Amino acid sequence: MSASLFYITFGIYLAATACYMIYLAKPLAQTGKLARWLITGGLAAHVLFTLLRYFEAGHTPITNLHESLSFFSMAVVAVFIYFERKFKIIVLGSFVTPVALLLMLVSSLFPSVISPLNPALKSKWLVIHTVVAFLGYASFAVAFGAAIIYLMQERFLKQRKISGLFQRLPSLDTLDDINYRCLTFGFPLLTVAIISGAIWAETAWGTYWSWDPKETWSLITWFVYAALLHGRLTTGWRGKKAAILAVIGFFVMLFTFLGVNLLMPGLHSYK
Amino acid sequence: MNIVVVGLSHKTANVEVREKLAFSPTQMEKPLNALLALDGITEGVIVSTCNRVEIYVTTRDIAGGIARVKRFLADYHNFPLDTLENHIYAHHGEDAIRHVFRVASSLDSMVVGEPQILGQIKTSYGYAAEYKSSGIILNRFLHKAFSVAKRVRTETKIASSAVSVAFAAVELARKIFNDLSDKTVMLIGAGEMCELAAKHFLNNGVRGLMVTNRTFERAEKLADEFSGTAVRFENLFDQLHKADIILSSTGAPHTIIGAGDLGEVMSRRRQKPMFFIDIAIPRDIDPAVNDVDNVYLFTVDDLQEVVASNLQQRKEEACKAEDIVSEEIGQFFKWLSSLEVTPTIVALRNKFDEIRRAELEKTLAGWKDMPPDGQKRLEALTNAIMNKLLHPPTTLIKQAGQGGRTDLYVDAVRALYGLEIGRGQDEELELEE
Repeated sequence: MSASLFYITFGIYLAATACYMIYLAKPLAQTGKLARWLITGGLAAHVLFTLLRYFEAGHTPITNLHESLSFFSMAVVAVFIYFERKFKIIVLGSFVTPVALLLMLVSSLFPSVISPLNPALKSKWLVIHTVVAFLGYASFAVAFGAAIIYLMQERFLKQRKISGLFQRLPSLDTLDDINYRCLTFGFPLLTVAIISGAIWAETAWGTYWSWDPKETWSLITWFVYAALLHGRLTTGWRGKKAAILAVIGFFVMLFTFLGVNLLMPGLHSYK
Repeated sequence: MNIVVVGLSHKTANVEVREKLAFSPTQMEKPLNALLALDGITEGVIVSTCNRVEIYVTTRDIAGGIARVKRFLADYHNFPLDTLENHIYAHHGEDAIRHVFRVASSLDSMVVGEPQILGQIKTSYGYAAEYKSSGIILNRFLHKAFSVAKRVRTETKIASSAVSVAFAAVELARKIFNDLSDKTVMLIGAGEMCELAAKHFLNNGVRGLMVTNRTFERAEKLADEFSGTAVRFENLFDQLHKADIILSSTGAPHTIIGAGDLGEVMSRRRQKPMFFIDIAIPRDIDPAVNDVDNVYLFTVDDLQEVVASNLQQRKEEACKAEDIVSEEIGQFFKWLSSLEVTPTIVALRNKFDEIRRAELEKTLAGWKDMPPDGQKRLEALTNAIMNKLLHPPTTLIKQAGQGGRTDLYVDAVRALYGLEIGRGQDEELELEE
């Protein structure tokens, strides 16, 4: 049951992404509306899948890569829908939904078997730590989408190619604003995730911080975004610089999430 | 009833002719009354803009109507009629409807897609409605023209892109800043295009304007005009960080702002974007300025290129708009011709009845030994024959009316039975043409 819901969600995301792509090429109001309906419907199916999986497994379905990638994708869609409503910028979807779709694709490649919960993860902290972390990741993913559009628009302007796609994408200020809002949304969440992780580590492993690769890379991610936020608030790092850092931050974050799990053995390597 | 359009536009007359024939928009009562006083003209609307003077009337007599309106236009402005003939066009029937729909949709404008014309026609119609010179047909006609124009505007991109340099600059600024209401424009130097662009920015809601000039008095004068603030030229770099959009057109032989000048300016602005528009030749602003982060430099040539590509796009969109116009003509023509159906049927019936009565009277008058119920029975007989004969043509015309192709049948029936509704003149006109 939950497996078929996974593929239904995947299918709806695929359709929504296609709609957003068509909208990017030819911005008709109906296409935008349809895309919005699809992505919202996809999210509903996704939430249902996660709940079902929760009852089937008896714990938050976030303990292997199949589950956590799917959960990440769901968080990206949820945060995207929030920002899309807020800024009323449909083309943002053309750059964010592919990320969610890609995450689903990768998730589907990992085995979906429900294995008994690792005893170390049996804790109320599991929900808090992971949900907060993924919401933070998701807002960085939306910031990444906005940053990519920003860099495109910047380039169009500098090269004075201001017809065609340039006309259909939002203004620099709007994109920069989305970038900033995502940052102020995601950074506190990332901070809470790290702190809650440390507390949990203390109860589970007896030490707050053990320089496990996941912990180290989380800290690196945190520093990248902290630097961006600091630069913004003090010396007015905005625009291109902020966009580039948002892109870098996103890849560092992806490495923290995926690379560490797959490549580096450590306490956090749940596959 | 026919809709007739008589007029001249930028396509047929130069500005000297147009201004001699223009009507003052504030004094429309007199010409509208004079127009309605013309023989055979039942409704009239006068549209007068700087690019066109057009008169829309309804009349039964197309050829006569056109001639009278032309003479009216010449006489009213004391303009020689034979010269006027060289500049004037006249349309009737479907062509007249197409013409007005195209004008309202800005397909006939000098700059295709410019938005003012619709408002101008609406104002002109407003006067006609106020002085009651437009009636059932022109009311419906112009409302239809407005809705066609609206359809064209929403369904095509004919008016969606800037086709003047000043507008292109404003649009570009919106792509950088999104919201202009908290932005400040700085004018460096003076010049027609610079001031025009500044005006556009002010109309689009920028917060403030600063003006600087080597001659401070000129800066003050211009600042007064736009209710902005004047800045001494020596203080340019102390004030530059306050400006978001800079329009520069000095006559300086060398550049006045270089990339090196902007480092400090940008840090004082905390890296907020700046948009430079260099209107001067030779350039006022070093092209390297464009390489500074968050600074965007455009020259007039760049903007002109945008305008040229937008104009091309408008041309393509105009084809779509023409299709919409054609579609709507059919619908309106259907309504217009349905106006003819009922009177034609009534006339046909009256004609038949007239013949029936005349013949009946003749028969009754000479019939000596008529039975007592003879007259009654003859009445019934002739009535029945008449109704049977009338039934097929009546049904056919009515059905044709619903399908919009009445003109053919209505004309045929009128010609066949010599019905007098005053369409006899139409044939003459067609022969003339």
